Amino acid sequence: MSQSGKPTGLFKNLSAKIAAVPMVLTALVVFVGCSVWTIVYSFTNSRLLPSTKWVGLDQYERLWGTRRWLISIENLAIYGILMLILALVLGFLLAALIDQKIRFEDGFRTIFLYPYALSFIVTGLVWQWLLNPEFGIQHAVRSLGFETFTFDPLYNTNTVLYGVLIAGLWHTSGLVMCLMLAGLRGIDEDVWKATKIDGIPAWKTYLLVVIPMMRPVFITTLVLITSAIIKLYDLVIAQTGGGPGLASEVPAKFVFDMMFVSQNLAQGFAASSMMLVAVIVVIIPWAYLEFGGKKHG
Amino acid sequence: MTKFKTFALGMLTAAAAQPVLATDLEVTHWWTSGAEAAAIRVISEGFQKSGNTWVDGAIAGAGGVARPLITSRITGGDPMGATQFTHGQAMRELIEAGFMRDVTEVAEAQGWKDQIFPQSLLDSCTFEGKLYCVPSNIHSQQWLWLNNAVFTDNGLSVPQNWDEFVAAAPKLREMDIIPLAQGQQSWQKQLMFNVLMVSIGGPELFERVYAGRDADYAAGSDVAKVFKAAAEARDLMEGSNVQAWNEAANLMISGRAAGQIMGDWVQGEFTQAGMTAGEDFSCLPGLGVNEYITAAGDAFYFPKVDDPEIIAAQDVLAGVIVSPETQVEFTKAKGALPVRRDVELRDPTPCMEKGMAILKEGHIVESINTMVSPDTVGRVTDLMIEFFADPSFSPETAQAEFAEIIATAD
Repeated sequence: MSQSGKPTGLFKNLSAKIAAVPMVLTALVVFVGCSVWTIVYSFTNSRLLPSTKWVGLDQYERLWGTRRWLISIENLAIYGILMLILALVLGFLLAALIDQKIRFEDGFRTIFLYPYALSFIVTGLVWQWLLNPEFGIQHAVRSLGFETFTFDPLYNTNTVLYGVLIAGLWHTSGLVMCLMLAGLRGIDEDVWKATKIDGIPAWKTYLLVVIPMMRPVFITTLVLITSAIIKLYDLVIAQTGGGPGLASEVPAKFVFDMMFVSQNLAQGFAASSMMLVAVIVVIIPWAYLEFGGKKHG
Repeated sequence: MTKFKTFALGMLTAAAAQPVLATDLEVTHWWTSGAEAAAIRVISEGFQKSGNTWVDGAIAGAGGVARPLITSRITGGDPMGATQFTHGQAMRELIEAGFMRDVTEVAEAQGWKDQIFPQSLLDSCTFEGKLYCVPSNIHSQQWLWLNNAVFTDNGLSVPQNWDEFVAAAPKLREMDIIPLAQGQQSWQKQLMFNVLMVSIGGPELFERVYAGRDADYAAGSDVAKVFKAAAEARDLMEGSNVQAWNEAANLMISGRAAGQIMGDWVQGEFTQAGMTAGEDFSCLPGLGVNEYITAAGDAFYFPKVDDPEIIAAQDVLAGVIVSPETQVEFTKAKGALPVRRDVELRDPTPCMEKGMAILKEGHIVESINTMVSPDTVGRVTDLMIEFFADPSFSPETAQAEFAEIIATAD
């Protein structure tokens, strides 16, 4: 092709566009295509194998009439909100503390980030053992002489979610800390000098100056944590199996159990379509604010 | 580790012996506990004698983990040579969709019809007149296991039925003993409830509810008794904070719990712990009330493949599984009952003899898995997980919800 003429819009950056084709195709076929397929088949009565017998909204009616699904959503909401807040707060605090030019910073950073290198299954198993009253923390404290010490969050319907949350936080806060630390290091030293000269206390500087400046880091972190929350599955499987009772059931586990254990594909599709809707509801306003906002600002 | 060993063994023999006729046959199963692994080795050794090679595809975890893996491999176009599976409707759709191979010819050539007992085992393998699976052993679920020493040491006589057991519970609680051990896994809750359905409610009730799908009856006073018993069981199980069934069995072995409701496969755990049936532990089929058992069990299925060598190897395996030699050793190792009537159990325990006698009398009920779809089983299971976990969940509410499930069951 002759490059002498002025390239039209379509052929601008041609090589970059060609390079992007495989990813675009993957996104279209795998993500969009499969999502559409899933949604379409959620209106059928597919069991073990996909069928095309249409049943309208029956699957959704049944889904929203199933207590286990409602409990799953509620659990995810509680876990999600707490996780989001606590992971950000803990991560930022850790980062701020490490940022005080302490000794052995590299060592601490490695220790805090290390849990993130473990899979959720391993994290879950470790915390299942730690929280098991027979040989975990409760047992250890009791053998120190505190005979009445009780700490068995995973075996109590009311506290099991917090038991899962502890493991989740342990796993995630290290990563949040690292991101935050990178953000903090990106803040110009002059900002600190300026606030020092003005006599503004450090906590106020963090809250009113540094954090607003770290907005992009916060948004990245938010997206990472949120996506980890929505796909919460393996941690629950390893720690509680959804129990006691249905007290730690989550939507992703509902989808899996419906599709593969109950062999009711359509019901699982309906549930996963609802999860997709939830993600879209979260993502669209964010994308609008983020990308729409940039043009104006 | 046993899984690894068998696998390594399989690989070793595969490398060492490569006769001309040897075909590798991958067999998937979820028999990984001590007794189970010993049992599957009996079949694999029998199969290797034919000169073929057994490639062990053990899947860690219970059926709930393994079944999805197995079905998705078959539907995903990567079928194994043969696979263990439980009888029932779970496999039905795969057969209907033409993924499975029928072994009718082998069955006819070897005259299984006259040998396999009870006949219902073959019936549940049969679809449109063709036989799609090979029953390997019979397992029954309706057993109450008791640690004798726990009762006698505390001045109690060993209960002979469910009511006596319930009556002994307060005394056990005083001694800080959990009356009934139970794991938290969901299938155990479902098993518990349906054992109560058969044993407390009786076989007619069980079949009328699940096979007849009589929702009014399920809401009625007969089934209410079962829910009352379930609520009692819930109290008896309090404090049994373990996950897996063999951990629950361990509670009973160590004397921290007095009894356990579990299928006959748990017997292997007791004998492996050095307990003797009849002396150290007792077994009450049908909870000592209605001595009926489900004669469902495990079976092997063969996915459809094109390779004639694999087909030949599948036929060999089918023959090995039901052969009398395998049956004797296999059932002995697994603590199960054989699928043939002409097989004599080798030093059977008193519990196995009881089971065999019940089978011969024909006191058999169908399994829930053959009467309703996995979806319905799943819904009953979800209800039971909630019911057994929450002491404030009243049996009346649970029964009303149960009747609703039965009304829309399929």
